[in-house]
Amino acid sequence: MSMTPTAHQMMLDQARWRWSESLFWLLSLGVLFAFPSKALLFSQIAIMGLFALSLDLILGYGGIVSLGHAAFFGVGAYAAGLMAKHGLGDPLLGLAVAAAVAACVGWLTSFLLLRGSDLTRLMVTLGIALMLFELANRMASITGGADGLQGMMVGPVLGLFSFDLFGKTAYLYALSVLFVLFLLARKIVHSTFGLSLRAVKGNALRAGAIGISASSRLVAIYTLSAAFAGIAGALSAQTTQLVSLDVLDFHRSADVMLVLVIGGVGWLYGGIIGAIMFTLMQDWLAGITPQYWEFWIGLVLVCLVLVGHDRIGAGVKSMVARISGKGSAA
Amino acid sequence: MSIALATHDLVKNFGGLRATDHVSLTINTGARHALIGPNGAGKTTLINLLTGVLTPSQGSITLEGDNITRLSQHARVQRGLVRTFQINQLFADMSPLQSLCLAVSERHHQGRDWWRVAGSSKAYVDEAEDILARFGLRDVMMQQTRLLPYGKQRLLEIALAIACKPRVLLLDEPAAGVPEEERHEIIDILADLPKDVTVVLIEHDMDLVFSFADRISVLVNGALLTEGGVDEIARDPQVRAVYLGESGHE
Repeated sequence: MSMTPTAHQMMLDQARWRWSESLFWLLSLGVLFAFPSKALLFSQIAIMGLFALSLDLILGYGGIVSLGHAAFFGVGAYAAGLMAKHGLGDPLLGLAVAAAVAACVGWLTSFLLLRGSDLTRLMVTLGIALMLFELANRMASITGGADGLQGMMVGPVLGLFSFDLFGKTAYLYALSVLFVLFLLARKIVHSTFGLSLRAVKGNALRAGAIGISASSRLVAIYTLSAAFAGIAGALSAQTTQLVSLDVLDFHRSADVMLVLVIGGVGWLYGGIIGAIMFTLMQDWLAGITPQYWEFWIGLVLVCLVLVGHDRIGAGVKSMVARISGKGSAA
Repeated sequence: MSIALATHDLVKNFGGLRATDHVSLTINTGARHALIGPNGAGKTTLINLLTGVLTPSQGSITLEGDNITRLSQHARVQRGLVRTFQINQLFADMSPLQSLCLAVSERHHQGRDWWRVAGSSKAYVDEAEDILARFGLRDVMMQQTRLLPYGKQRLLEIALAIACKPRVLLLDEPAAGVPEEERHEIIDILADLPKDVTVVLIEHDMDLVFSFADRISVLVNGALLTEGGVDEIARDPQVRAVYLGESGHE
């Protein structure tokens, strides 16, 4: 009897850190030394991964579909960009302000998403992102409009590490921020609050009947997700020293949804793995067919959604089993 | 005898349809009160009004003397007014243990704890496990709820409500869909509920109603037809005509 784990242990076990996770993060650090020339691409991946992670918090855990998540990415990018332009170039200060501004926008707009169907939420999030895009376009004296923000001066990280041309600092900086925020997200989804989000997503009616106020939980996770997206935007602004209207563009909201669906919704690593696959595929395909790479991305997406991650995973497993089975038979 | 739950002249209209028609109901503390009536009598609508899923068109509801008519669903649960559902409403992707731990944590106002791992409070997990053991669900407590057999899911439906420590428990057809040979599990559970918990039972199964309830209200076409002790209702010719007579022909 003493060998069977107690209920308490079984509950705690679900949040245990697994060795494959350590491997994942060590590898993501290792690639920089294996392929130093690709550092800029890697930092793009890390930023996209953080952005997709932020979407996973609301979609995978809160059950809120959004086609306007670029709103928070863009707000964060402009916040960090404007600070760097006006002499406040410290990167971490930029991240903090970007997170705060994006969280405010997220908190204010979250109340529009509490009622209504998925379709309503898609349209509301899309509408908010469109409005912000137009605002940034109109306020050209502040944002630089279509020309983008000129004259950003980003200081060294922690006052020590200046951004270099090859993107080595950029990648280490972006990866560190991604790792810290990932740990925070992981902590949150395994907490009681995280469990209550799963309950609200799974059955809002019953969640209310065991005393959970669904609205306040959704407001909280939406605000947090907006802050994460804002930090991703700020990282993008700081590492590329560039902010243009593109950060608020619709394609960015669509891309991040694509990335998350490719990697799998609702397990935190999905956004990061999706970002790796999406960005590498984009990089590789754009090299082969510069004009038609989106065709192949589209094809992969359609196949993934129709076949499903579970069946692909099961297929790979059975294939491995068959090959190893044949090997032993022969 | 103090009053646990009462409605005063409660009305609910859906467009032209009056689903609840001036219902004034009084349920005493510790009562085993059954609410019966033919299909479409408005029993589930009344439960939805009591629990805050629906807002009444008119009238008020009091819980232990406090007016709760405008309180949200979750605020009523926190005050001890808890329900089960006629059709299982469970967290399909969570295990019974997770579901109950969550309900217990929410009751202790720890549902917003975003730092500690869910289940890190051993007292809450132990309490959840105790309830699961009482409902015969301990062996399956780590399985995904969606994979449980229907009878077990039905028990979990009630266990989840018990984890909220109700002062007034509303049971919406707890034995619905449970095969005859498994009913005794549900009946035993209901018989074992603490005596200070007020129970309102909505049920079609007359054997269950007569064995469990000490008081019965009869609802017909959204209005209260009559109310009385078990024998009184069983003898009432009006009730026999609209309800018992009907089911007697089946």
